[in-house]
Amino acid sequence: MKYVDEFRDGELAKNIAANIAREADPLKIYRLMEFCGGHTHAISRYGLVDLLPKNVRMIHGPGCPVCVLPIGRIDQAIRLAREHKVILCTYADTVRVPASDNLSLLRAKAAGADVRMIYSTQDALKIARDNPSREVVFLAIGFETTTPPTAVAIQQAAAEGLNNFSILCDHVLTPAAMHAILAVEGGVKIDGFVGPAHVSTVIGSQPYEPFADDDGKPVVIAGFEPLDVMQAILMLLRQVNEGRAVVENEFTRAVTREGNLKAQQWVADVFEIRDVFEWRGLGSVPKSALKLRSKYAAFDAEIKFNIAYVAVPDNKACECAAILRGQKRPQQCKIFGTVCTPENPVGSCMVSSEGACAAHYSYGRFREAVE
Amino acid sequence: MCLAIPAHIEAFTTSGNAIVNLGGVRKEISLALIDDAAVGEYVIVHVGYALQKLDQEEAERTLELFAELGQLDELRAELGAES
Repeated sequence: MKYVDEFRDGELAKNIAANIAREADPLKIYRLMEFCGGHTHAISRYGLVDLLPKNVRMIHGPGCPVCVLPIGRIDQAIRLAREHKVILCTYADTVRVPASDNLSLLRAKAAGADVRMIYSTQDALKIARDNPSREVVFLAIGFETTTPPTAVAIQQAAAEGLNNFSILCDHVLTPAAMHAILAVEGGVKIDGFVGPAHVSTVIGSQPYEPFADDDGKPVVIAGFEPLDVMQAILMLLRQVNEGRAVVENEFTRAVTREGNLKAQQWVADVFEIRDVFEWRGLGSVPKSALKLRSKYAAFDAEIKFNIAYVAVPDNKACECAAILRGQKRPQQCKIFGTVCTPENPVGSCMVSSEGACAAHYSYGRFREAVE
Repeated sequence: MCLAIPAHIEAFTTSGNAIVNLGGVRKEISLALIDDAAVGEYVIVHVGYALQKLDQEEAERTLELFAELGQLDELRAELGAES
């Protein structure tokens, strides 16, 4: 596939790896956080750690929307489907996240709830049009990449007078989560960030400038292909070596400083910032998520069905929270790969392919056995 | 969740959507989030929407960056050229 295959070329990967090996100062330790689950997935799938010197360490970040959603948010969706008998539409990743009472959306579906997996918000609108006598709720999760498509759907529903459609809004914000990671007390030391790919196509590179200017952390925005990640690591090494901290953009083929202004306009019209939102791992983070503006309150399922968020603690054995903060690695969790597997996940990080545990389980778990 | 792929625009539908080719698979996607897309261009597609146009010149430039020689290689090449 054009613009995919070239960015996975093995020979070029060796060239970048040679440059990294040459430029990595053996007296330094480079602790680099890839914020996005997409990067975590690429690093695991293509074995990029094997191409890096031992003193270049990748720390997985919290940029996996399914992972950071706390149990109480999934519980809300399950309650809507079971008690309010709505048609609950959701992106596929979310259905297997364990919730309260040994349930998940998938188990609720098996027990008779009407849960439907969709690919696009357009599918949810179609289901609402086709079922005028039913309430249809879309579980709207995701970072800034996934928010504009929800905004389009809300405006379309408003224009069509599609009154049986609403959303459970769990859209979250990347820069707020990055600030929260840096603010964790006793948190992991980070020398630089591999910045998000597709989030940045929407918001641009500008929102990361405070991390360089105020926190002194280099940021390099990178595409999701393996060579993109390798090149970004090289660019971060160079910044650290030269004592620089700026925002650089490796993903220039899709990211500008301003981002996609049209998409931002859709989002600004439909959403406003929530005062506070609870994240798995990061706890309550101020101004870190979105809710519908009051003019679209009729499409807000939390208001429409009066369904409040109730916080629920994680499974005690699960280390997802520490893993999402970058403080632990998947293999340091006692139940990793034994009790908790992708087939039977205990924590959210084992559910999504972008989750650190699922990525390590699928691609990395035999690596260490060999070493 | 944020995974998205570059897709080639092959045609427009009457409703203003685009038919894209994703490595041989054809799919109808929304162009609501971008301006001025043209047939033949590549767009980054996510959950059924084009998020951004792919800048083909910038893609070539990035590929050239990947192939850059290390400083030692350059030094060797220079020395080799002089001798």
